[in-house]
Amino acid sequence: MSNDARLGRAPLLLLVPGAVAALLLVVPLLTLVADTPWGQLRDQLTSRAVRDALWLTALASVLTVVLCLLLGTPLAWLLARVDFPGRSLVRAAVIVPLVLPPVVAGVALVTALGRTGFVGRPLDAAFGITIPYTTPAVVIAHTFVSMPFYVLSVEGALRSSGEQYDAVAATLGADRWTTFRRITLPLAIPGVVAGAALAWARSLGEFGATITFAGNYPGTTQTMPSLIYTELQADPLVARTVSMVLLVVCVVVLALLRNRWLTRP
Amino acid sequence: MSGLAVDVTVPGRVTAAAAAEPGDVVAVIGPNGAGKTSLLRAVAGLVGHDGTVTVDGRSWTGLTVRERPVGMAFQDQLLFPHLSALDNVAFGPRSRGTPREEARRTAHDWLDRFGVGHLADRKPRQLSGGQAQRVSIARALATHPRLLLLDEPFAGLDIGVATTLRVELARHLASYDGVTLLVTHDAIDALTLADVVWVLDEGRLVQVGPPREVAARPLTAHVARLVGLNLVEDEGRLLSFSPRAVTVSPAEPAGSARHRWSGTVTSLAPHGDAVRLLVSGDRDLLADVTPEAVAELGLVPGRAVWLSVKETAVRSYDSAPVPAPRHG
Repeated sequence: MSNDARLGRAPLLLLVPGAVAALLLVVPLLTLVADTPWGQLRDQLTSRAVRDALWLTALASVLTVVLCLLLGTPLAWLLARVDFPGRSLVRAAVIVPLVLPPVVAGVALVTALGRTGFVGRPLDAAFGITIPYTTPAVVIAHTFVSMPFYVLSVEGALRSSGEQYDAVAATLGADRWTTFRRITLPLAIPGVVAGAALAWARSLGEFGATITFAGNYPGTTQTMPSLIYTELQADPLVARTVSMVLLVVCVVVLALLRNRWLTRP
Repeated sequence: MSGLAVDVTVPGRVTAAAAAEPGDVVAVIGPNGAGKTSLLRAVAGLVGHDGTVTVDGRSWTGLTVRERPVGMAFQDQLLFPHLSALDNVAFGPRSRGTPREEARRTAHDWLDRFGVGHLADRKPRQLSGGQAQRVSIARALATHPRLLLLDEPFAGLDIGVATTLRVELARHLASYDGVTLLVTHDAIDALTLADVVWVLDEGRLVQVGPPREVAARPLTAHVARLVGLNLVEDEGRLLSFSPRAVTVSPAEPAGSARHRWSGTVTSLAPHGDAVRLLVSGDRDLLADVTPEAVAELGLVPGRAVWLSVKETAVRSYDSAPVPAPRHG
Protein backbone atom coordinates (compact mmCIF):
# COMPACT_ATOMS: atom_id res chain seq x y z
CA MET A 1 0.00 0.00 0.00
CA SER A 2 1.47 3.30 -0.96
CA ASN A 3 1.99 6.00 1.58
CA ASP A 4 -0.55 8.47 0.21
CA ALA A 5 -3.26 5.78 0.09
CA ARG A 6 -2.72 5.17 3.78
CA LEU A 7 -3.54 8.81 4.44
CA GLY A 8 -6.89 8.44 2.67
CA ARG A 9 -8.34 8.96 -0.80
CA ALA A 10 -7.48 12.04 -2.88
CA PRO A 11 -10.43 14.46 -2.49
CA LEU A 12 -12.59 14.92 -5.59
CA LEU A 13 -12.24 18.69 -5.30
CA LEU A 14 -8.56 18.25 -6.15
CA LEU A 15 -8.79 15.16 -8.32
CA VAL A 16 -11.29 16.48 -10.90
CA PRO A 17 -9.74 19.91 -11.65
CA GLY A 18 -6.29 18.29 -11.70
CA ALA A 19 -7.42 15.74 -14.26
CA VAL A 20 -9.04 18.44 -16.41
CA ALA A 21 -5.79 20.42 -16.37
CA ALA A 22 -3.80 17.37 -17.45
CA LEU A 23 -6.25 16.61 -20.26
CA LEU A 24 -6.17 20.19 -21.48
CA LEU A 25 -2.40 19.95 -21.80
CA VAL A 26 -2.15 16.47 -23.24
CA VAL A 27 -5.14 16.02 -25.58
CA PRO A 28 -4.17 18.67 -28.19
CA LEU A 29 -0.70 17.17 -28.48
CA LEU A 30 -2.11 13.67 -28.92
CA THR A 31 -4.57 14.84 -31.59
CA LEU A 32 -1.75 16.66 -33.38
CA VAL A 33 0.23 13.43 -33.51
CA ALA A 34 -2.86 11.47 -34.64
CA ASP A 35 -3.84 13.96 -37.34
CA THR A 36 -0.40 14.31 -38.84
CA PRO A 37 -0.48 12.98 -42.43
CA TRP A 38 2.42 10.58 -41.82
CA GLY A 39 2.09 9.09 -45.31
CA GLN A 40 2.88 12.39 -47.04
CA LEU A 41 5.41 13.47 -44.49
CA ARG A 42 8.41 12.96 -46.73
CA ASP A 43 6.91 14.83 -49.69
CA GLN A 44 5.95 17.79 -47.61
CA LEU A 45 9.20 18.03 -45.72
CA THR A 46 11.10 18.17 -48.98
CA SER A 47 8.92 20.92 -50.46
CA ARG A 48 10.75 24.12 -51.17
CA ALA A 49 8.75 26.30 -48.74
CA VAL A 50 9.27 23.89 -45.85
CA ARG A 51 12.97 23.43 -46.56
CA ASP A 52 13.51 27.21 -46.71
CA ALA A 53 11.58 27.76 -43.51
CA LEU A 54 13.45 24.97 -41.72
CA TRP A 55 16.77 26.38 -42.82
CA LEU A 56 15.87 29.93 -41.83
CA THR A 57 14.57 28.81 -38.44
CA ALA A 58 17.74 26.84 -37.75
CA LEU A 59 19.94 29.73 -38.92
CA ALA A 60 18.04 32.35 -36.92
CA SER A 61 17.96 30.29 -33.73
CA VAL A 62 21.68 29.51 -33.91
CA LEU A 63 22.58 33.15 -34.62
CA THR A 64 20.30 34.19 -31.77
CA VAL A 65 22.19 31.93 -29.37
CA VAL A 66 25.51 33.30 -30.66
CA LEU A 67 24.34 36.88 -30.12
CA CYS A 68 23.12 35.97 -26.63
CA LEU A 69 26.52 34.46 -25.80
CA LEU A 70 28.49 37.43 -27.17
CA LEU A 71 26.28 40.25 -25.87
CA GLY A 72 24.16 38.68 -23.13
CA THR A 73 27.08 37.25 -21.16
CA PRO A 74 28.74 40.65 -20.65
CA LEU A 75 25.36 42.17 -19.73
CA ALA A 76 24.71 39.41 -17.19
CA TRP A 77 28.19 40.00 -15.73
CA LEU A 78 27.60 43.74 -15.44
CA LEU A 79 24.26 43.14 -13.70
CA ALA A 80 25.76 40.58 -11.34
CA ARG A 81 29.09 42.21 -10.54
CA VAL A 82 29.18 45.95 -11.18
CA ASP A 83 27.22 48.27 -8.93
CA PHE A 84 26.49 50.96 -11.53
CA PRO A 85 23.81 53.63 -11.10
CA GLY A 86 20.46 52.49 -12.43
CA ARG A 87 21.36 48.83 -12.23
CA SER A 88 17.97 47.76 -10.90
CA LEU A 89 16.31 49.82 -13.62
CA VAL A 90 18.36 48.08 -16.33
CA ARG A 91 17.58 44.69 -14.82
CA ALA A 92 13.85 45.48 -14.83
CA ALA A 93 14.04 46.67 -18.45
CA VAL A 94 15.86 43.48 -19.45
CA ILE A 95 13.08 41.38 -17.97
CA VAL A 96 10.22 43.25 -19.70
CA PRO A 97 10.48 41.35 -23.02
CA LEU A 98 9.81 38.16 -21.03
CA VAL A 99 6.25 39.22 -20.34
CA LEU A 100 5.73 41.54 -23.32
CA PRO A 101 3.25 40.22 -25.94
CA PRO A 102 5.49 39.31 -28.91
CA VAL A 103 3.42 41.45 -31.30
CA VAL A 104 4.12 44.45 -29.10
CA ALA A 105 7.81 43.56 -29.21
CA GLY A 106 7.56 43.61 -33.00
CA VAL A 107 5.89 47.02 -33.02
CA ALA A 108 8.54 48.34 -30.62
CA LEU A 109 11.27 47.08 -32.94
CA VAL A 110 9.61 48.87 -35.88
CA THR A 111 9.60 52.15 -33.95
CA ALA A 112 13.33 51.77 -33.28
CA LEU A 113 14.70 50.09 -36.38
CA GLY A 114 11.94 50.64 -38.96
CA ARG A 115 12.67 52.69 -42.06
CA THR A 116 11.39 55.81 -40.30
CA GLY A 117 12.38 54.64 -36.83
CA PHE A 118 14.56 56.34 -34.25
CA VAL A 119 17.66 54.37 -35.23
CA GLY A 120 16.40 53.09 -38.58
CA ARG A 121 16.06 56.49 -40.27
CA PRO A 122 19.66 57.71 -39.66
CA LEU A 123 20.90 54.21 -40.54
CA ASP A 124 19.07 54.43 -43.85
CA ALA A 125 20.17 58.01 -44.49
CA ALA A 126 23.86 57.45 -43.68
CA PHE A 127 24.52 53.95 -44.99
CA GLY A 128 21.43 53.04 -47.00
CA ILE A 129 20.82 50.15 -44.64
CA THR A 130 17.25 49.10 -44.05
CA ILE A 131 16.56 46.34 -41.59
CA PRO A 132 12.83 45.51 -41.60
CA TYR A 133 11.66 42.60 -43.78
CA THR A 134 15.15 41.12 -44.08
CA THR A 135 16.77 38.04 -42.59
CA PRO A 136 18.79 40.18 -40.14
CA ALA A 137 15.43 41.54 -38.93
CA VAL A 138 14.40 37.97 -38.11
CA VAL A 139 17.56 37.45 -36.06
CA ILE A 140 17.12 40.79 -34.27
CA ALA A 141 13.50 39.99 -33.40
CA HIS A 142 14.49 36.54 -32.13
CA THR A 143 17.34 37.96 -30.08
CA PHE A 144 15.04 40.62 -28.60
CA VAL A 145 12.63 38.04 -27.23
CA SER A 146 15.24 35.40 -26.32
CA MET A 147 17.93 37.49 -24.65
CA PRO A 148 16.03 37.98 -21.35
CA PHE A 149 15.91 34.23 -20.78
CA TYR A 150 19.64 33.98 -21.34
CA VAL A 151 20.61 37.01 -19.26
CA LEU A 152 18.46 35.97 -16.32
CA SER A 153 19.84 32.45 -16.33
CA VAL A 154 23.48 33.55 -16.56
CA GLU A 155 23.08 36.35 -14.03
CA GLY A 156 21.61 33.85 -11.59
CA ALA A 157 24.54 31.51 -12.18
CA LEU A 158 27.06 34.34 -11.74
CA ARG A 159 25.44 35.35 -8.47
CA SER A 160 25.28 31.86 -7.04
CA SER A 161 28.83 30.98 -8.12
CA GLY A 162 29.78 33.75 -5.78
CA GLU A 163 31.81 36.92 -5.73
CA GLN A 164 34.03 35.36 -3.10
CA TYR A 165 36.09 33.63 -5.79
CA ASP A 166 36.54 36.98 -7.53
CA ALA A 167 37.97 38.29 -4.26
CA VAL A 168 40.34 35.33 -4.01
CA ALA A 169 41.50 35.88 -7.59
CA ALA A 170 42.11 39.57 -6.87
CA THR A 171 44.32 38.79 -3.86
CA LEU A 172 46.31 36.51 -6.17
CA GLY A 173 46.92 39.42 -8.53
CA ALA A 174 44.42 38.70 -11.29
CA ASP A 175 42.81 41.62 -13.13
CA ARG A 176 39.08 41.53 -13.73
CA TRP A 177 39.31 40.24 -17.31
CA THR A 178 41.59 37.37 -16.27
CA THR A 179 39.27 36.63 -13.36
CA PHE A 180 36.24 36.62 -15.65
CA ARG A 181 37.92 34.41 -18.23
CA ARG A 182 39.55 31.88 -15.92
CA ILE A 183 37.30 31.83 -12.83
CA THR A 184 33.91 33.52 -13.15
CA LEU A 185 32.85 32.22 -16.56
CA PRO A 186 33.97 28.59 -16.06
CA LEU A 187 32.04 28.48 -12.77
CA ALA A 188 28.92 29.83 -14.49
CA ILE A 189 28.99 27.35 -17.40
CA PRO A 190 25.92 25.40 -16.21
CA GLY A 191 23.93 28.65 -16.24
CA VAL A 192 25.33 29.56 -19.67
CA VAL A 193 24.28 26.19 -21.12
CA ALA A 194 20.83 26.37 -19.56
CA GLY A 195 20.37 29.97 -20.69
CA ALA A 196 21.50 29.15 -24.24
CA ALA A 197 19.05 26.25 -24.39
CA LEU A 198 16.19 28.44 -23.17
CA ALA A 199 17.06 31.19 -25.63
CA TRP A 200 17.30 28.67 -28.46
CA ALA A 201 13.92 27.14 -27.60
CA ARG A 202 12.32 30.59 -27.38
CA SER A 203 13.81 31.55 -30.73
CA LEU A 204 12.56 28.35 -32.34
CA GLY A 205 8.94 29.16 -31.55
CA GLU A 206 9.11 32.91 -32.10
CA PHE A 207 6.24 34.19 -34.27
CA GLY A 208 4.60 37.45 -33.23
CA ALA A 209 7.59 39.79 -33.11
CA THR A 210 9.08 38.27 -36.24
CA ILE A 211 6.00 38.53 -38.42
CA THR A 212 5.41 42.11 -37.25
CA PHE A 213 8.98 43.34 -37.72
CA ALA A 214 10.33 41.06 -40.44
CA GLY A 215 7.24 39.97 -42.29
CA ASN A 216 6.52 36.57 -43.77
CA TYR A 217 8.45 36.27 -47.06
CA PRO A 218 9.32 32.74 -48.14
CA GLY A 219 13.08 32.30 -48.35
CA THR A 220 14.11 35.44 -46.47
CA THR A 221 11.90 35.93 -43.40
CA GLN A 222 9.49 33.01 -43.31
CA THR A 223 10.37 30.83 -40.32
CA MET A 224 8.61 27.62 -39.34
CA PRO A 225 5.98 29.26 -37.13
CA SER A 226 5.21 31.82 -39.87
CA LEU A 227 4.91 29.01 -42.38
CA ILE A 228 2.51 27.14 -40.11
CA TYR A 229 0.40 30.27 -39.85
CA THR A 230 0.32 30.70 -43.63
CA GLU A 231 -0.36 27.07 -44.41
CA LEU A 232 -3.10 26.85 -41.82
CA GLN A 233 -5.18 28.96 -44.21
CA ALA A 234 -3.89 27.41 -47.42
CA ASP A 235 -3.22 23.76 -46.61
CA PRO A 236 -3.92 22.60 -43.04
CA LEU A 237 -2.18 19.26 -43.69
CA VAL A 238 1.12 21.01 -44.28
CA ALA A 239 0.55 23.09 -41.15
CA ARG A 240 0.10 19.92 -39.13
CA THR A 241 3.20 18.31 -40.57
CA VAL A 242 5.39 21.29 -39.87
CA SER A 243 3.90 21.61 -36.38
CA MET A 244 4.75 17.99 -35.80
CA VAL A 245 8.37 18.68 -36.72
CA LEU A 246 8.55 21.52 -34.21
CA LEU A 247 6.93 19.35 -31.54
CA VAL A 248 9.54 16.63 -32.08
CA VAL A 249 12.37 19.15 -31.87
CA CYS A 250 10.99 20.57 -28.62
CA VAL A 251 10.56 17.15 -27.05
CA VAL A 252 14.15 16.30 -27.98
CA VAL A 253 15.37 19.53 -26.35
CA LEU A 254 13.34 18.74 -23.27
CA ALA A 255 14.86 15.28 -23.12
CA LEU A 256 18.37 16.72 -23.40
CA LEU A 257 17.65 19.16 -20.57
CA ARG A 258 15.96 16.53 -18.46
CA ASN A 259 18.97 15.91 -16.34
CA ARG A 260 19.25 19.57 -15.47
CA TRP A 261 15.68 20.50 -14.60
CA LEU A 262 13.41 17.53 -14.56
CA THR A 263 15.22 15.14 -12.29
CA ARG A 264 13.27 14.90 -9.11
CA PRO A 265 14.98 15.80 -5.86
CA MET B 1 60.43 51.26 8.58
CA SER B 2 60.08 47.67 7.52
CA GLY B 3 57.30 45.39 8.64
CA LEU B 4 53.66 46.26 8.94
CA ALA B 5 51.97 49.35 10.36
CA VAL B 6 48.19 49.51 10.31
CA ASP B 7 45.99 52.35 11.46
CA VAL B 8 42.63 51.59 9.94
CA THR B 9 38.94 51.99 10.56
CA VAL B 10 36.29 49.99 8.81
CA PRO B 11 33.18 51.99 9.68
CA GLY B 12 30.88 50.03 11.93
CA ARG B 13 33.28 47.09 12.09
CA VAL B 14 36.70 47.68 13.51
CA THR B 15 39.24 50.30 14.47
CA ALA B 16 42.83 49.21 15.02
CA ALA B 17 46.26 50.78 15.12
CA ALA B 18 49.28 48.52 15.62
CA ALA B 19 52.58 47.51 14.09
CA ALA B 20 54.60 44.35 13.57
CA GLU B 21 58.23 43.59 12.71
CA PRO B 22 59.28 41.62 9.60
CA GLY B 23 59.00 37.91 10.30
CA ASP B 24 56.49 38.43 13.09
CA VAL B 25 53.52 36.14 13.35
CA VAL B 26 50.63 38.14 14.79
CA ALA B 27 47.72 36.20 16.26
CA VAL B 28 44.51 38.23 15.94
CA ILE B 29 42.05 36.94 18.51
CA GLY B 30 38.68 37.99 19.80
CA PRO B 31 35.10 36.77 19.97
CA ASN B 32 32.82 36.47 16.93
CA GLY B 33 31.95 39.89 15.58
CA ALA B 34 35.00 41.52 17.17
CA GLY B 35 36.20 42.60 13.73
CA LYS B 36 39.03 40.12 13.09
CA THR B 37 38.03 39.20 9.56
CA SER B 38 37.12 42.82 8.77
CA LEU B 39 40.62 43.88 9.81
CA LEU B 40 42.17 41.27 7.52
CA ARG B 41 39.93 42.21 4.61
CA ALA B 42 40.71 45.89 5.12
CA VAL B 43 44.45 45.20 5.05
CA ALA B 44 43.98 43.17 1.84
CA GLY B 45 41.91 45.99 0.36
CA LEU B 46 38.80 43.83 0.03
CA VAL B 47 36.66 46.21 2.10
CA GLY B 48 36.68 49.97 2.07
CA HIS B 49 38.44 51.57 5.04
CA ASP B 50 39.77 54.83 6.37
CA GLY B 51 43.35 55.22 7.57
CA THR B 52 46.59 53.73 6.37
CA VAL B 53 48.26 50.39 5.81
CA THR B 54 52.03 50.56 5.42
CA VAL B 55 54.12 47.56 4.47
CA ASP B 56 57.92 47.73 4.29
CA GLY B 57 57.70 51.50 4.32
CA ARG B 58 55.35 51.64 1.34
CA SER B 59 51.86 52.98 1.80
CA TRP B 60 49.12 50.75 0.42
CA THR B 61 46.56 53.54 0.57
CA GLY B 62 44.76 53.82 -2.74
CA LEU B 63 46.07 50.51 -4.07
CA THR B 64 43.54 48.02 -5.41
CA VAL B 65 43.49 44.49 -4.08
CA ARG B 66 45.57 43.13 -6.94
CA GLU B 67 48.22 45.81 -6.50
CA ARG B 68 48.82 44.79 -2.87
CA PRO B 69 51.39 42.02 -2.50
CA VAL B 70 49.33 39.97 -0.05
CA GLY B 71 48.75 36.28 0.21
CA MET B 72 45.47 35.38 1.79
CA ALA B 73 44.19 32.00 2.95
CA PHE B 74 40.45 32.27 3.42
CA GLN B 75 38.04 30.61 5.79
CA ASP B 76 36.74 27.47 4.04
CA GLN B 77 39.82 27.66 1.78
CA LEU B 78 37.84 28.85 -1.26
CA LEU B 79 39.94 26.84 -3.68
CA PHE B 80 38.72 27.38 -7.25
CA PRO B 81 36.50 24.31 -7.62
CA HIS B 82 37.09 23.82 -11.36
CA LEU B 83 40.89 23.96 -11.19
CA SER B 84 43.27 21.25 -10.01
CA ALA B 85 45.33 21.79 -6.87
CA LEU B 86 48.31 22.62 -9.11
CA ASP B 87 46.39 25.16 -11.21
CA ASN B 88 44.98 26.73 -8.04
CA VAL B 89 48.51 27.39 -6.80
CA ALA B 90 49.79 28.37 -10.27
CA PHE B 91 46.95 30.89 -10.69
CA GLY B 92 48.72 33.56 -8.63
CA PRO B 93 52.10 33.45 -10.38
CA ARG B 94 50.41 33.30 -13.80
CA SER B 95 48.21 36.28 -12.98
CA ARG B 96 51.31 38.18 -11.96
CA GLY B 97 52.90 37.50 -15.32
CA THR B 98 54.96 34.34 -14.83
CA PRO B 99 54.99 32.17 -17.98
CA ARG B 100 52.75 29.11 -17.81
CA GLU B 101 55.40 26.40 -17.49
CA GLU B 102 57.41 28.29 -14.91
CA ALA B 103 54.25 29.03 -12.90
CA ARG B 104 53.40 25.33 -12.87
CA ARG B 105 56.92 24.44 -11.70
CA THR B 106 56.69 27.03 -8.93
CA ALA B 107 53.28 25.69 -7.95
CA HIS B 108 54.61 22.16 -7.81
CA ASP B 109 57.46 23.25 -5.54
CA TRP B 110 54.96 24.83 -3.15
CA LEU B 111 52.73 21.77 -3.11
CA ASP B 112 55.80 19.62 -2.41
CA ARG B 113 56.83 21.90 0.41
CA PHE B 114 53.43 21.39 2.03
CA GLY B 115 53.58 17.64 1.44
CA VAL B 116 50.72 17.57 -1.07
CA GLY B 117 52.73 17.38 -4.32
CA HIS B 118 51.24 13.96 -5.08
CA LEU B 119 47.75 15.53 -5.07
CA ALA B 120 48.61 18.12 -7.75
CA ASP B 121 46.09 16.81 -10.29
CA ARG B 122 43.19 16.49 -7.86
CA LYS B 123 40.21 18.81 -7.92
CA PRO B 124 39.39 20.54 -4.60
CA ARG B 125 36.35 18.32 -4.00
CA GLN B 126 38.68 15.30 -4.03
CA LEU B 127 40.81 16.73 -1.22
CA SER B 128 40.30 16.29 2.52
CA GLY B 129 39.94 19.37 4.71
CA GLY B 130 43.56 19.29 5.81
CA GLN B 131 44.84 18.76 2.26
CA ALA B 132 42.69 21.60 0.94
CA GLN B 133 43.99 23.92 3.66
CA ARG B 134 47.59 23.05 2.74
CA VAL B 135 46.86 23.84 -0.92
CA SER B 136 45.17 27.06 0.14
CA ILE B 137 48.20 28.23 2.16
CA ALA B 138 50.56 27.15 -0.61
CA ARG B 139 48.46 29.22 -3.05
CA ALA B 140 48.70 32.25 -0.77
CA LEU B 141 52.49 31.94 -0.48
CA ALA B 142 53.21 31.18 -4.14
CA THR B 143 53.05 34.86 -5.14
CA HIS B 144 55.83 35.75 -2.67
CA PRO B 145 53.60 38.11 -0.70
CA ARG B 146 55.02 40.73 1.62
CA LEU B 147 52.13 40.10 3.99
CA LEU B 148 50.48 36.78 4.72
CA LEU B 149 46.87 36.80 5.92
CA LEU B 150 45.52 33.56 7.36
CA ASP B 151 41.83 33.63 8.27
CA GLU B 152 41.16 30.81 10.74
CA PRO B 153 43.28 28.25 8.90
CA PHE B 154 42.43 25.46 11.34
CA ALA B 155 38.69 26.05 11.59
CA GLY B 156 36.62 23.04 10.66
CA LEU B 157 39.53 20.59 10.72
CA ASP B 158 39.67 17.48 12.90
CA ILE B 159 41.74 18.04 16.02
CA GLY B 160 44.43 15.61 14.88
CA VAL B 161 44.66 17.19 11.42
CA ALA B 162 44.73 20.69 12.92
CA THR B 163 47.58 19.71 15.25
CA THR B 164 49.69 18.29 12.42
CA LEU B 165 49.02 21.30 10.22
CA ARG B 166 49.87 23.66 13.09
CA VAL B 167 53.30 22.05 13.43
CA GLU B 168 53.91 22.27 9.66
CA LEU B 169 52.73 25.85 9.52
CA ALA B 170 55.01 26.84 12.39
CA ARG B 171 57.95 25.54 10.32
CA HIS B 172 56.91 27.49 7.20
CA LEU B 173 56.21 30.65 9.12
CA ALA B 174 59.64 30.47 10.78
CA SER B 175 61.28 30.75 7.35
CA TYR B 176 58.89 33.42 6.07
CA ASP B 177 60.36 36.92 6.29
CA GLY B 178 57.14 38.91 5.87
CA VAL B 179 54.54 39.69 8.51
CA THR B 180 51.81 37.12 9.08
CA LEU B 181 48.39 38.01 10.47
CA LEU B 182 46.73 34.86 11.78
CA VAL B 183 43.08 35.12 12.78
CA THR B 184 42.25 32.38 15.23
CA HIS B 185 39.70 31.26 17.78
CA ASP B 186 42.15 28.99 19.52
CA ALA B 187 44.46 29.91 22.39
CA ILE B 188 46.85 27.16 21.29
CA ASP B 189 47.45 28.91 17.95
CA ALA B 190 48.22 32.16 19.70
CA LEU B 191 50.53 30.49 22.21
CA THR B 192 52.40 28.18 19.83
CA LEU B 193 52.58 30.11 16.55
CA ALA B 194 52.53 33.78 17.41
CA ASP B 195 55.21 36.28 18.39
CA VAL B 196 52.60 38.91 19.16
CA VAL B 197 48.93 38.79 20.02
CA TRP B 198 46.41 41.45 19.02
CA VAL B 199 43.21 41.17 21.03
CA LEU B 200 40.10 42.63 19.42
CA ASP B 201 36.89 43.21 21.30
CA GLU B 202 33.75 44.87 19.96
CA GLY B 203 35.64 46.36 17.03
CA ARG B 204 38.49 47.82 19.07
CA LEU B 205 42.06 46.70 19.61
CA VAL B 206 42.16 46.27 23.39
CA GLN B 207 45.43 44.45 24.03
CA VAL B 208 48.76 43.98 22.25
CA GLY B 209 51.55 41.90 23.68
CA PRO B 210 53.58 38.73 23.59
CA PRO B 211 51.42 35.59 23.93
CA ARG B 212 52.80 34.74 27.38
CA GLU B 213 51.95 38.20 28.70
CA VAL B 214 48.46 38.22 27.17
CA ALA B 215 47.75 34.74 28.55
CA ALA B 216 48.93 35.69 32.03
CA ARG B 217 47.19 39.06 32.21
CA PRO B 218 44.17 38.93 29.92
CA LEU B 219 42.22 42.16 29.61
CA THR B 220 39.06 40.67 28.12
CA ALA B 221 36.69 37.98 29.30
CA HIS B 222 37.07 36.29 25.91
CA VAL B 223 40.83 35.81 26.21
CA ALA B 224 40.49 34.78 29.85
CA ARG B 225 38.09 32.05 28.78
CA LEU B 226 40.40 31.00 25.92
CA VAL B 227 43.28 30.46 28.32
CA GLY B 228 41.04 29.00 31.00
CA LEU B 229 41.23 31.74 33.62
CA ASN B 230 38.61 33.51 35.69
CA LEU B 231 38.68 37.27 35.22
CA VAL B 232 37.04 39.61 37.70
CA GLU B 233 37.02 43.39 37.82
CA ASP B 234 37.56 44.81 41.29
CA GLU B 235 37.79 48.52 42.03
CA GLY B 236 39.33 49.41 38.67
CA ARG B 237 41.78 46.53 38.75
CA LEU B 238 41.55 43.15 37.09
CA LEU B 239 41.92 39.93 39.05
CA SER B 240 42.75 36.73 37.23
CA PHE B 241 42.96 33.31 38.84
CA SER B 242 42.85 29.69 37.86
CA PRO B 243 39.69 27.62 38.34
CA ARG B 244 41.91 25.19 40.31
CA ALA B 245 42.48 27.86 42.97
CA VAL B 246 38.79 28.26 43.65
CA THR B 247 37.31 26.69 46.79
CA VAL B 248 33.66 25.64 46.65
CA SER B 249 31.65 25.55 49.86
CA PRO B 250 27.95 25.06 50.60
CA ALA B 251 27.75 28.10 52.94
CA GLU B 252 29.47 31.48 53.14
CA PRO B 253 33.11 30.74 54.08
CA ALA B 254 34.08 31.99 57.52
CA GLY B 255 37.83 32.18 56.86
CA SER B 256 40.03 35.06 55.80
CA ALA B 257 39.40 34.87 52.04
CA ARG B 258 38.66 38.39 50.83
CA HIS B 259 37.45 37.28 47.42
CA ARG B 260 34.15 35.46 47.74
CA TRP B 261 31.08 35.18 45.56
CA SER B 262 27.77 33.35 45.80
CA GLY B 263 26.11 31.74 42.84
CA THR B 264 24.30 28.79 41.37
CA VAL B 265 25.90 25.82 39.68
CA THR B 266 24.77 25.94 36.03
CA SER B 267 26.85 23.17 34.47
CA LEU B 268 29.41 20.47 35.20
CA ALA B 269 31.88 18.93 32.76
CA PRO B 270 34.87 16.62 33.17
CA HIS B 271 38.14 18.53 32.89
CA GLY B 272 41.27 16.39 33.10
CA ASP B 273 40.98 14.42 36.31
CA ALA B 274 38.76 17.11 37.87
CA VAL B 275 35.23 18.36 37.31
CA ARG B 276 34.84 21.91 36.01
CA LEU B 277 31.87 23.80 37.41
CA LEU B 278 30.35 26.86 35.83
CA VAL B 279 28.84 28.95 38.62
CA SER B 280 26.58 31.86 37.70
CA GLY B 281 25.88 34.69 40.06
CA ASP B 282 26.73 38.35 39.55
CA ARG B 283 29.29 36.97 37.14
CA ASP B 284 30.16 33.60 35.57
CA LEU B 285 33.07 31.83 37.27
CA LEU B 286 34.78 28.52 36.71
CA ALA B 287 35.82 26.24 39.55
CA ASP B 288 37.63 22.90 39.35
CA VAL B 289 36.74 20.39 42.04
CA THR B 290 37.47 16.70 42.57
CA PRO B 291 34.82 14.13 41.63
CA GLU B 292 34.66 13.23 45.35
CA ALA B 293 33.78 16.80 46.25
CA VAL B 294 30.99 16.78 43.65
CA ALA B 295 29.42 13.78 45.41
CA GLU B 296 30.11 15.06 48.92
CA LEU B 297 28.68 18.55 48.37
CA GLY B 298 25.85 17.35 46.14
CA LEU B 299 26.92 19.67 43.30
CA VAL B 300 24.19 19.47 40.70
CA PRO B 301 22.90 22.22 38.40
CA GLY B 302 20.71 24.55 40.41
CA ARG B 303 22.65 24.10 43.67
CA ALA B 304 23.52 27.36 45.44
CA VAL B 305 27.19 27.56 46.48
CA TRP B 306 29.85 29.98 47.67
CA LEU B 307 33.16 30.38 45.87
CA SER B 308 36.27 31.82 47.42
CA VAL B 309 39.87 32.25 46.37
CA LYS B 310 42.95 33.06 48.42
CA GLU B 311 44.70 36.38 47.86
CA THR B 312 47.95 34.56 47.04
CA ALA B 313 46.34 32.72 44.12
CA VAL B 314 45.10 35.92 42.50
CA ARG B 315 47.03 37.98 39.98
CA SER B 316 45.97 41.61 40.23
CA TYR B 317 46.81 44.19 37.54
CA ASP B 318 45.70 47.44 35.92
CA SER B 319 43.22 47.26 33.09
CA ALA B 320 45.95 49.18 31.31
CA PRO B 321 45.40 50.86 27.95
CA VAL B 322 47.00 49.39 24.87
CA PRO B 323 50.57 50.58 24.32
CA ALA B 324 50.81 53.09 21.50
CA PRO B 325 51.57 51.53 18.10
CA ARG B 326 55.09 51.84 16.80
CA HIS B 327 54.90 54.17 13.85
CA GLY B 328 57.69 54.66 11.36
